[in-house]
Amino acid sequence: MSKVYIALQDNDESRYIVEAIEEDNPEVTVIHMPAMIRIENEGRLTVNRETVEEKMGRDWDVQELHVNLITLGGNVEEDDDSLSLHWNE
Amino acid sequence: MSIEIKTATLEPVRNTFAHIERRFGDKPATRYQEATYDVQSEKYFHYRPLWQPEMELNDPRRTALVMEDWYAFKDPRQFYYGTYVQQRAKMQEVAESNYAFFEKRDLKRLLSDDLQQKVIRYLVPLRHFEHTANLNNMYGSSQGYGTAITQALLYDGMDRLGIAQYLSRIGLILDGNSGDALGEAKSYWMSEEIWQGVRALCEETTVTKDWFELFIAQDVVMDALVYDLVYNQFDAWLADNGGQDISMLTEFMQLWNKDNTRWVDAVLKAAVAESAENKALLEGWVTTWKEKAVAALKPLAEEMLDAEAMDKAVAALDKRLTKAGLFK
Amino acid sequence: MAAKKLNIKDKYRLLTRDLDWEYSYADRKEAFPYEDFEGIKITDWSKWEDPFRLTMDTYWKYQAEKEKKLYAIFDAFAQNNAHMNVSDPRYVNAIKIFLTGVSPLEYQAYQGFAHTGRQFGGVGARVACQMQSLDELRHVQTQIHAMSHFNKFFDGFQEYSHMHDRVWYLSVPKSFFNDARTAGPFEFMIAIGFSFEYVLTNLLFVPFMSGAAHNGDMATVTFGFSAQSDEARHMTLGLEVIKFLLEQHEDNVEIVQKWIDKWFWRGSRLLTIVAMMMDYMLPNKVMSWKEAWEVYFEEAGGALFKDLARYGIRMPKYSEIIEKEKEHISHQAWWTFYTHGHAAGFHTWIPTDEELDWLSEKYPETFDKYYRPRWELAKEMEAKGERFYTKGLPQLCTTCQIPMLFTEMDDPTQTSYRDTTYNGERYHFCSDGCKDIFEDEPEKFVQSWLPVHQIFQGNCGGPDVGDILSDFYHMNVGTDNMDMKGSPDELRWKQWKGVA
Repeated sequence: MSKVYIALQDNDESRYIVEAIEEDNPEVTVIHMPAMIRIENEGRLTVNRETVEEKMGRDWDVQELHVNLITLGGNVEEDDDSLSLHWNE
Repeated sequence: MSIEIKTATLEPVRNTFAHIERRFGDKPATRYQEATYDVQSEKYFHYRPLWQPEMELNDPRRTALVMEDWYAFKDPRQFYYGTYVQQRAKMQEVAESNYAFFEKRDLKRLLSDDLQQKVIRYLVPLRHFEHTANLNNMYGSSQGYGTAITQALLYDGMDRLGIAQYLSRIGLILDGNSGDALGEAKSYWMSEEIWQGVRALCEETTVTKDWFELFIAQDVVMDALVYDLVYNQFDAWLADNGGQDISMLTEFMQLWNKDNTRWVDAVLKAAVAESAENKALLEGWVTTWKEKAVAALKPLAEEMLDAEAMDKAVAALDKRLTKAGLFK
Repeated sequence: MAAKKLNIKDKYRLLTRDLDWEYSYADRKEAFPYEDFEGIKITDWSKWEDPFRLTMDTYWKYQAEKEKKLYAIFDAFAQNNAHMNVSDPRYVNAIKIFLTGVSPLEYQAYQGFAHTGRQFGGVGARVACQMQSLDELRHVQTQIHAMSHFNKFFDGFQEYSHMHDRVWYLSVPKSFFNDARTAGPFEFMIAIGFSFEYVLTNLLFVPFMSGAAHNGDMATVTFGFSAQSDEARHMTLGLEVIKFLLEQHEDNVEIVQKWIDKWFWRGSRLLTIVAMMMDYMLPNKVMSWKEAWEVYFEEAGGALFKDLARYGIRMPKYSEIIEKEKEHISHQAWWTFYTHGHAAGFHTWIPTDEELDWLSEKYPETFDKYYRPRWELAKEMEAKGERFYTKGLPQLCTTCQIPMLFTEMDDPTQTSYRDTTYNGERYHFCSDGCKDIFEDEPEKFVQSWLPVHQIFQGNCGGPDVGDILSDFYHMNVGTDNMDMKGSPDELRWKQWKGVA
């Protein structure tokens, strides 16, 4: 199974997003690098709007993710409630 | 009073890039200047385009217009990407609150069926006109020469996509998000007599090869006439006939047109001022496209407004043409 | 009646996808004339899946937010003279390469995507390309603005635009993008949208930018990561394009595979300079080129090609050579620039002992065996006051335009040369990959504006190299070029820092 990944700028907003990702995808590996946080997982990774909203304590639009996003790997599915990455194998 | 504190050891070695200094002298440059002038590659291209082997990759000969310096087309708004998106973001914020207010208060209730029908018949089909303007400005951006004008054409092109999307949202507000109003408006665009001239003209512009001629056809002639007819005259008619709330939904287009016209007129003026040959060429293009556009828009203008509406729009255009130095 | 709520997908479709129409009055083929000549078969544009669903109002909103943050940092950077915070003035030379070699490519990307954003017949694909075009314009302009401050305090930035059109090593990136833009619209998308954006730019914008942060350059890391936030959209577009082409018609598979083979090879050649920047030009190290290559090319690219295998797509040709090259190319490239440092628009140097040890540790299989001895020799010569510069002009590969610096991968002491004959003329290459590309399109690649050939033909002034550098390239000879040691950049830095 290949790894999907997402990298975020290391800032305050991202920390909540990373927390949310860790909660919803317990298997993920989080790697801290200078100025960035890379999160990878086997096969699939999902960012859920609801979880991020809960962490941030405010409304959060899935498309806001793009403001802090550095890169990603995997097929993207995006709707109103989540953004997820996966590989077809 | 201004005090300049100098630290001897942190004196800059130079003020700006060499090509900016050659144009504007050895002094600190603006962000617009550094982002714009001489950024596009000009020489020693490696291969000819497979899709247009008679031209270089970047080639000023893609239009009959001749400019000694293509950077004469300074944008009076001095838009580079950062200033452009921030300006549009402000406009969209206002638009967003207008659309939200309109929907929240359900202002559609206050519009008679007849008025709603008029909006679907005259306003919503313009999303297809805006889509054409998107294509034509992208054409200029990709075929044109010199960052000064090609970046502004790109901004115009993207603005038109945005406007097409706002017009579509007006349709969705009227049809309760079913898409029916958009479908109905498209059927007018495709087959109603009043729209066929406009549609044929739009199709013709997309097969026009000279990018500056296309700028004249779209951004100078067609836009001047359509925006005056719709966002000025039809808007006034709506305001007098109980449809004033629609103006909240077209405020973006009105503001945008004012902003964009400033740039279009500056480009036109610079092109005319360059040479007598350019002036003659531009007058020829303007005459041709004005004739076509007037014929195309007349049936729409007469039904939407009245018999004089077209002349008023033409008079507004003529005034701008004279101011730019044409036909005199 | 309450309006029904639209989900993002339906909303985007209604707002964007239905704007186009079937022509009745003009010939639609004439309006979109470039779709057929490459042999790609599109049966139904409506099958296009929008890779992201950003309407213009949302685009303006989020992009303005990013720009506001970015320019606040640029302003603070300039006001605080934050160029003083970089780890070591040698670092600045890496971003000189960036502005002269990479930023103009962003401009070409803007132009290329503007072209496909006008020429594709399907509105969904067009709009996605248009947005990318606008993003690419953003990237070149934010890069110019980020470097604007460095230009005021360091040499080698001031003629970036003039130099990009002329200088020998800059013809490598320039010709790469010229090649993509002169190709048909579908090849451009596979070249730039897929191969370059999806796999290769990550290597520049992620580990290198993390390196910029690690070397105290806030301006560069900020534009780099801010640009990358657009890149995520671009990557999604790149992947959608390839899936769309492969799903449209089975005849497309072979054409697409050929382009993948071409552009991964060309891309890995182009990235040689990034390899060198990572391993030799970042005084504070984040990861080696080899490690970055393993994460972003082998691992991420490998996953991607496994995903595409179901369409009959295989790994790019010469992948096994590419895999071996990660051990060598950064060292071979830096050595070439070091020995041609008089003709480069930036400074070169011998790695410090600490850096040599780091390279030995990161490249245990190759560095001590093949490359360290060269640097030990260079050190000895420098100590004797005999800093070495090669006199001759290098021979360039006709395809990638890189000097013949690469070796055979099975024998790193042997320079790799290939050649072929076309219309009675002999053409030279650095590799089988580059030779293959030429032989597939000789009529294109015989046009290459090879800087060294042009010099020999007298098209660049001269005849002295010094005159060519100053008059034709606009380099400030003795200031922009030569060794870091004793350069005006180094002297100024010492003055600023108050060290002798």
